[in-house]
Amino acid sequence: MSPEPIRRDFMLGEGAGTGAGPGADPNLHIGLGPAHPAMHGIIRIQTELDGEFIRKADVEIGYLHRAFEKDCEVGGYNNAIPYTDRLNYVSPLINNFAYASAVEKLLGIEVTERCQFIRTVMAEISRVCDHLTCIAATAMELGAFTVFLYMIKAREYLWELVEDVTGARLTISYGRVGGVKADLPDDFAPKMTMAFKETREVLDEIHRLLTGNRIFMDRMIGVGALSREETIAYAITGPMLRAVGVGYDVRRAQPHWAYDRVPWEVVTQKDGDNYARYLVRMAEMEQSMRIAEQALALMPGGPINVDFEGKAIDPAAYVDQGKQGKTEGLLLVPIRLSPNLQGQNRPLHDRVNTSDKHVVLPPKETTYGSIEGLMNHFMLIMEGYGIRPPQGEAYFASEGANGELGFYVVSDGGDRPYRVRCRPPCLPPLAALHRMIEGEQIADLIPTFGSVNMIGGELDR
Amino acid sequence: MPGAAILQRLRDRFGGAVVASHEHRGDATVVVERAALLDALRFCRDEPGLDFDVLMDLTAVDYSRYPGREDGPRFEVVYHLYSIARNHRVRVKTRVDEDDAAVPTAVDLWPIANWFEREVWDMFGVRFTGHPDLRRLLLYEEFVGHPLRKDYPINRRQPLIGPKV
Repeated sequence: MSPEPIRRDFMLGEGAGTGAGPGADPNLHIGLGPAHPAMHGIIRIQTELDGEFIRKADVEIGYLHRAFEKDCEVGGYNNAIPYTDRLNYVSPLINNFAYASAVEKLLGIEVTERCQFIRTVMAEISRVCDHLTCIAATAMELGAFTVFLYMIKAREYLWELVEDVTGARLTISYGRVGGVKADLPDDFAPKMTMAFKETREVLDEIHRLLTGNRIFMDRMIGVGALSREETIAYAITGPMLRAVGVGYDVRRAQPHWAYDRVPWEVVTQKDGDNYARYLVRMAEMEQSMRIAEQALALMPGGPINVDFEGKAIDPAAYVDQGKQGKTEGLLLVPIRLSPNLQGQNRPLHDRVNTSDKHVVLPPKETTYGSIEGLMNHFMLIMEGYGIRPPQGEAYFASEGANGELGFYVVSDGGDRPYRVRCRPPCLPPLAALHRMIEGEQIADLIPTFGSVNMIGGELDR
Repeated sequence: MPGAAILQRLRDRFGGAVVASHEHRGDATVVVERAALLDALRFCRDEPGLDFDVLMDLTAVDYSRYPGREDGPRFEVVYHLYSIARNHRVRVKTRVDEDDAAVPTAVDLWPIANWFEREVWDMFGVRFTGHPDLRRLLLYEEFVGHPLRKDYPINRRQPLIGPKV
């Protein structure tokens, strides 16, 4: 049993005032944040306390506002990709792909089969990273620092995997309208197997450390609960909605990418408290790894196998020749530029990008090797040209790590988005946070805030 | 329910108040007059068969620089509704002029509208009549202007606020 919470009467005697004179508000007003060490996010909660109990709370956000939506209107459609990295910076790949898919929906194009699978695999790896971070931080704030270190270790394995594919760990900018930046590296499958093995071991350890832990359960069970009706009325989606027993998951309800090709389960719990959210996230990580493994096994395109046969030339020399106009026969030479930095191998490029020339930059080999490729490149890069979806609007929803991540894109027919709206999955839970913490103790705010998994970059945009 | 059937039900019920409707790229969209907006939203939420129980998103678009719409109503307030039970979506929009940029609040229908509407007020300067607490959401009270309006220059600087030293 947790110790008896302290009320003002206990400390100061019955009917104790505050020294502010008769008629003054007896409650204590305390502002938590914006930079509080026990809260992993820049947010301010103005609380009204009666002893240890929160009577009223006002949540203030916006400390990380960077005008994401305004910035998107300034450049071309692909220029917004790096900004989307910085929305939910724990799982940036999902943001990349969701934004790209919204623009593709507006254009009315389909990406290649292999690209759909790559997006699925990479999005699920990101989801595991996100859930790991959420549970790790929550546990750390409750004093379980070991859990934090173990889970960050597991996340490290996954981030190394992400780094192998995208060339970066956090601001990955891997998605593109019409495809992805580059194909998966050769040795991706064994590395993923290894990383998942390590992650599963960590999850087993965490289960033994936390799931049946008396202290952890006392702090989590029955705390921060929200009813099913209220969760829906506040438009809360994702793990928090599934923790009240509603099996809504965008991946299942409106399957996109390759989510309908592999079997997996939508995880639900009944109670809607912090413990139920923890259980949902733990089970979802296993499901995510399951999806990623099956999708990788089913991925079309086969092993990456390029034959050089002595015809290969140094990529730098190839580009130099092209720039000097010595392009005769150049396109027949198989070449391999770095898949993560400079360009791609031509056949690999075709596998992961749509064939629509109005959308996707040609591979660097084509740009430097032929006049058509060069013109195609310029038509997409020059101001006033670029990707030009027809006038109209589209809303694309995908399942972010914290719930429905929607992008609403409006086009005026030009080369820049007229309006980009991101529906942040973090915002509804934060709007309902006061309903979860009012009437509970101030110490309960910490696990509740942890289970909400606020991500400032996405919440404040 | 397919998008066309949803739109048909809304047209049948609201008739002349439906300004336009379309299904571009598979997104069922209906534009209603402001006077009928709340009724339309309530109809979407409560009508058996429609059952739109989630206000998934609420935002606005400033159409003052949109080709062919420079003279028309400047703002469009956009509601994205979703039904968990039926697994379908609809987009409800209403148009308002700049000099009368006010829309009735949907807080009574969905509590999440509180924050969404505060954000739209913050970013676009569209007021929501009847809103219990229409403060800015992301920016600070001293901020001048509404940055997502098309006439707000992206490089405008605002004075830093904070305690005077």
